[in-house]
Amino acid sequence: MSPLNLVVVSAGLSQPSSTRLLADRLAEATRQRLAEDRPVEVRVVELRDLAVDIAKNLVTGFPSAALREALEAVTEADGVIAVTPIFTASYSGLFKSFFDVIDNTALVGKPVLVAATGGTARHSLALDHALRPLFVYLRAIVVPTAVYAASEDWGTGGDARTDGLPTRIARASEELSDLILRRPAAPKQVEAVVPFEQQLAALRP
Amino acid sequence: MVSTMQFGIFTVGDVTPDPTTGKTPSEQERIKAMVAIALKAEEVGLDVFATGEHHNPPFVPSSPTTMLGYIAARTERIILSTATTLITTNDPVKIAEDFAMLQHLADGRVDLMMGRGNTGPVYPWFGQDIRQGIPLAVEHYALLHRLWREDVVDWQGKFRTPLQSFTSTPRPLDGVPPFVWHGSIRSPEIAEQAAYYGDGFFANNIFWPKDHYIRLIELYRERFAHYGHGTAEQAIVGLGGQVFMRKNSQDAVREFRPYFDNAPVYGHGPSLEDFTEQTPLTVGSPQEVIDKTLTFRDSFGDYQRQLFLMDHAGLPLKTVLEQLDILGEEVVPVLRKEFAAGRPSQVPDGPTHRSLVAQRDAETGDQPPVPAGSPA
Repeated sequence: MSPLNLVVVSAGLSQPSSTRLLADRLAEATRQRLAEDRPVEVRVVELRDLAVDIAKNLVTGFPSAALREALEAVTEADGVIAVTPIFTASYSGLFKSFFDVIDNTALVGKPVLVAATGGTARHSLALDHALRPLFVYLRAIVVPTAVYAASEDWGTGGDARTDGLPTRIARASEELSDLILRRPAAPKQVEAVVPFEQQLAALRP
Repeated sequence: MVSTMQFGIFTVGDVTPDPTTGKTPSEQERIKAMVAIALKAEEVGLDVFATGEHHNPPFVPSSPTTMLGYIAARTERIILSTATTLITTNDPVKIAEDFAMLQHLADGRVDLMMGRGNTGPVYPWFGQDIRQGIPLAVEHYALLHRLWREDVVDWQGKFRTPLQSFTSTPRPLDGVPPFVWHGSIRSPEIAEQAAYYGDGFFANNIFWPKDHYIRLIELYRERFAHYGHGTAEQAIVGLGGQVFMRKNSQDAVREFRPYFDNAPVYGHGPSLEDFTEQTPLTVGSPQEVIDKTLTFRDSFGDYQRQLFLMDHAGLPLKTVLEQLDILGEEVVPVLRKEFAAGRPSQVPDGPTHRSLVAQRDAETGDQPPVPAGSPA
């Protein structure tokens, strides 16, 4: 059985970054869950490494070889984990730019888990007010649980009203895994051209 | 003239400040410079001059047939073409009329390249919708194709007023419409359209990496054969290129870099070195240009037309004319010879009015008449 491809897009800027830390936790939890059913290959796309290539793609309209390879990996993934730091009330510009240069059909029907990090929990709704609409526009299937990790989450265990980070990670990963496993194998994309007679016929009054 | 492949230049017609002097030519200076460049192209032995069409600053060529008609009157031999003619926002009836008129005036030295145009506001300015770009290109060209081949046309479509008993005049010279290329940067639909009609396909490959165009051109060739116009290797392919040359590579790089760095479209983006590696841009010695251009055949197969972009980004006219001297004297003669070597005999030559008349006569079994138009 061919392995599932899980691709993690991380837009953290510092090294090491808490965004990458969260991305790795989510990836590992999802991998373990998927591995019960299917072999899994995890690929991490660090947008920091592609920052200049992404900017060049914006101005020239075409990706460098390295960026194209990353875009193809995301396009061909069985599931995607997308993690960004929250900057100025939303996803970072780098994160958005990556999803601006990807083909707008690349994520159609694809399970996506969104997650974010920030200095304070007050920005957590950016996940649902910014990231979720972005992926809905791209017609991805966004898992119900989005995971936000504020600085304090790395040192607390939750309380009576709020699940701690590990619980949220587990829940989100389970949701993502279920979607990936239930998803029918996508037919291999063929570059089909619409025969010209058909293009003409569509225009007949 | 005998040439298996056609070599020429295409101009965007941008009015761009010279970044080294800060001087911006006036619109008239730029328009006259385009004419001087076209005349020079003929003088140095090139086969084609093609102008862009734009309807927004900083570009001047909004009226291609006016300019090409003027150039036609001052040249003898060079083919006048476009890169591109906006098939989406122009009325196909007007394209049929304008280019047939030009074809008569230029004694057949005319062809044109269809393009959709990618400047958003041009569509609404001309009463169209950019989201309908492909359907507009398909419908408008289908009408244009008929207007040049049927004397009386009844027609109804989605985008234009219907026509009853319409005759586009003048009729094409010798009953043979100008050859049409379809230009595309990324759309397989346009490759399919070119293949369907057996028209030429021009891949303006100057901004993007070559793998992308290899796929597009392969698709065009395959569909050209599918529609019964010949074998895949007989499909009519044109390619773009962009060069800046000096005797010594380093001098070329030093002189061109400020123009590259500040160029419209790709300036302030990738480095000259990255761009040279990823696209057909060659900045160096004439020999480097020859070497790079010859690789196009390895990637895309034997082809019919090679156009170079020579005059944008604020390069002064004097420099452009020097570039054309180098192109015409040192580069193109070698390319002609090298491309001719090993070119399979069944690969067609670049299309001319004369070759199209001959082809029509062969197909209809007519005795070849002495063409009314002449040397082309």
